[in-house]
Amino acid sequence: MREVLVGLGSCGLAAGGLKVYQKFAELLGSGSDAVLKKTGCIGMCYAEVLVEVRDEKNGSTVYGNVSPDKVARIVESHVRNGQAVTEWIVDTNGSTSKQQRIVLRNCGVIDPDSLDEYLARDGYQGLEKALTRMTPEQVISTIADSGLRGRGGAGFPTGTKWRLAAGSKDSHKYVICNADEGDPGAFMDRSLLESDPHSILEGMAIAAYAIGADHGYIYVRAEYPEAVKRLKHAIAQATARGFLGSNILGWGFNLQINLKEGAGAFVCGEETALIASIEGKRGMPRVRPPFPVESGLWGHPTCINNVETLANIAWIILHGADAFKERGTEGSKGTKVFALAGKIKRGGLVEVPMGMALKEVIYDIGGGTLNGSPFKAVQMGGPSGGCIPASLGDTPVDYEQITATGAIMGSGGMVVMDETTCMVDVARFFLSFTQNESCGKCTFCRIGTKRMLEILERICSGKGKQEDIALLSELGEQIKSSSLCGLGQSAPNPVLTTLRYFLDEYTAHIVDKKCPAKACLPLVEFFIVAERCSGCGLCLASCAAGAISGEKKKPHRIDMSKCVKCAKCITVCNVGAIEKR
Amino acid sequence: MIQENQSSRVAPAAFERMLWRHRGESGMLIPLLQAAQDSYGYVPASAIEQISGVTGIPTAEIYGVITFYKQFRLKPLGRHIIRLCKGTACHVVGAEMIGQVIADELKVAPDETTEDGLFTYMVVACLGCCSLAPAMMVDDQTYGRLTPQTIRKVIRQYRRDAEKTKGVAAAKA
Repeated sequence: MREVLVGLGSCGLAAGGLKVYQKFAELLGSGSDAVLKKTGCIGMCYAEVLVEVRDEKNGSTVYGNVSPDKVARIVESHVRNGQAVTEWIVDTNGSTSKQQRIVLRNCGVIDPDSLDEYLARDGYQGLEKALTRMTPEQVISTIADSGLRGRGGAGFPTGTKWRLAAGSKDSHKYVICNADEGDPGAFMDRSLLESDPHSILEGMAIAAYAIGADHGYIYVRAEYPEAVKRLKHAIAQATARGFLGSNILGWGFNLQINLKEGAGAFVCGEETALIASIEGKRGMPRVRPPFPVESGLWGHPTCINNVETLANIAWIILHGADAFKERGTEGSKGTKVFALAGKIKRGGLVEVPMGMALKEVIYDIGGGTLNGSPFKAVQMGGPSGGCIPASLGDTPVDYEQITATGAIMGSGGMVVMDETTCMVDVARFFLSFTQNESCGKCTFCRIGTKRMLEILERICSGKGKQEDIALLSELGEQIKSSSLCGLGQSAPNPVLTTLRYFLDEYTAHIVDKKCPAKACLPLVEFFIVAERCSGCGLCLASCAAGAISGEKKKPHRIDMSKCVKCAKCITVCNVGAIEKR
Repeated sequence: MIQENQSSRVAPAAFERMLWRHRGESGMLIPLLQAAQDSYGYVPASAIEQISGVTGIPTAEIYGVITFYKQFRLKPLGRHIIRLCKGTACHVVGAEMIGQVIADELKVAPDETTEDGLFTYMVVACLGCCSLAPAMMVDDQTYGRLTPQTIRKVIRQYRRDAEKTKGVAAAKA
């Protein structure tokens, strides 16, 4: 049986996957050459649109960068005549051989809209096993024994959280799936929700059974329309087939799951803020204790787990805690999904066993940096995390060891940076994000981040003072210790880690008034490479400061005494003749 | 005149039906505001009054919720919404400059609508398609691996399409 699968996650759609799918549908027609299927994220986002062809002769073949005009040849040569089009095949060996897929087990394999395909891959068997052969206490013990820790970032042991929720005496309890993935540079949860929504529902159902909840919410970002659509569809399907709703699988267990769309507030990823948001209020965190497992949504015990955490649950129940524990380090078990992005050759979604060295992830799986130069740093944990320098590339993927570097494991964003990335600018970027997203409740988070941002902006524009560095560290420590929730407690991390590992770049900005990465515009000079300049006059016409001169068809020049460094000329030059120094 | 965003319009009646169906239910304020925004393209003052009247939530509290969340808007949007991603991955590959090109081309700052009501330009934290960085969305269509040249091309194409539909409408009239 021949099959053609087109990857239609958000990345695939953005790259034009739907047109490719339609072209296949048109060419394959209703003839029985092959079955055409949609699937979710195949993981190798760098080569979207991805198409997988499965047949007896070649097994599985993945084509990358497929555009509609390539479809005819794939159909004619491969689908009809069994001849793979070798030059368009993506080499999956390098990137996949070191990966181990538990969470992503179905991503890019099944059609996310098909419950039957999920069932064919052991779908809802974990739930059935839990309901028919395990007591809630046994389920909790299995999860606790597996060593699974919260994948949302903080790494709290999942089994412990469930046990606390189960122990709360209340006839009404809630499970919540936290799908408010807000870290810029992270897209693991989105891909999971889009590619394998039923595994999340199954994980929630098992959690609900374990703690005794009968009602669940999925709090998902409204910015993920495709995920929302597929989740709604999956909930309807599962309810119709008796995997959700009342008297699930005939065992007298009830669970109703509702979808709540977030409204665009990063702080709502924090548990108590998320609860306030579901209740229809401003999403501001509150003091803990009481913790949500004691008093959460509408005052009832509430167990909140992250998307990736929930995607592990059914697998652990089905295969046992020991199979899960085999992977990983002393304190961090199982696997971790990362969204590899930034200046990396093979960006995408990867899942590696805990304990793998960071540089292994970057070089062996990600293929190194875009231009082949060594990587300078890797940013982990988004705005709450930090930049780990290349010199610490041997650090393994492990909660404690990554925390020791000053960064955090975080939800899984991994942004690779090379020598053209300015670390001061990166710190400023993250701080502008957290400053903007601070809910304003705690003074240090509200005003402290603002002051830190002002200092960083000053440094980036060449007006930094020597004492700024001490001031930044002092403010950073104070914000960390005086904020209620994770946002404020971690907001200074990007600044503190860059101060720790890249102090020389701060010094270069402050003392030498230079940006070594040439990213901070006020600190660079623009010049025109005469050999490349065609004298077209576009830059001259675009320069509002009148700093560019030159005759038509002859190389132009920039007068730096007049230049205001707006970089407009760079954006209009069609031959790339304008450079920075 | 400013036109409202047409992409995912629901008839105002749908918002009103929802309002009556869910009155008295707790936690419905945000979904109601989302429905109002889907219907009108923004949250008009009349919708705030309506929600308050039916649910009994004070208008001040509703206003507080609207201004807390970035999704809600108190002003009408342009016909097309341009969302430029300024996530980490986009930032390190030059989203800053891309943003400047958009602002220059449209002659508006972020969160503003062009004079002809054709575009509203917004900057968002992350679109989640980091491997296509730098990226932007125009309505529901995503554009990746942007350069100053491709941006100008895309925006001008939308302008030409708008001119064409205007021409057709005029011819019909």
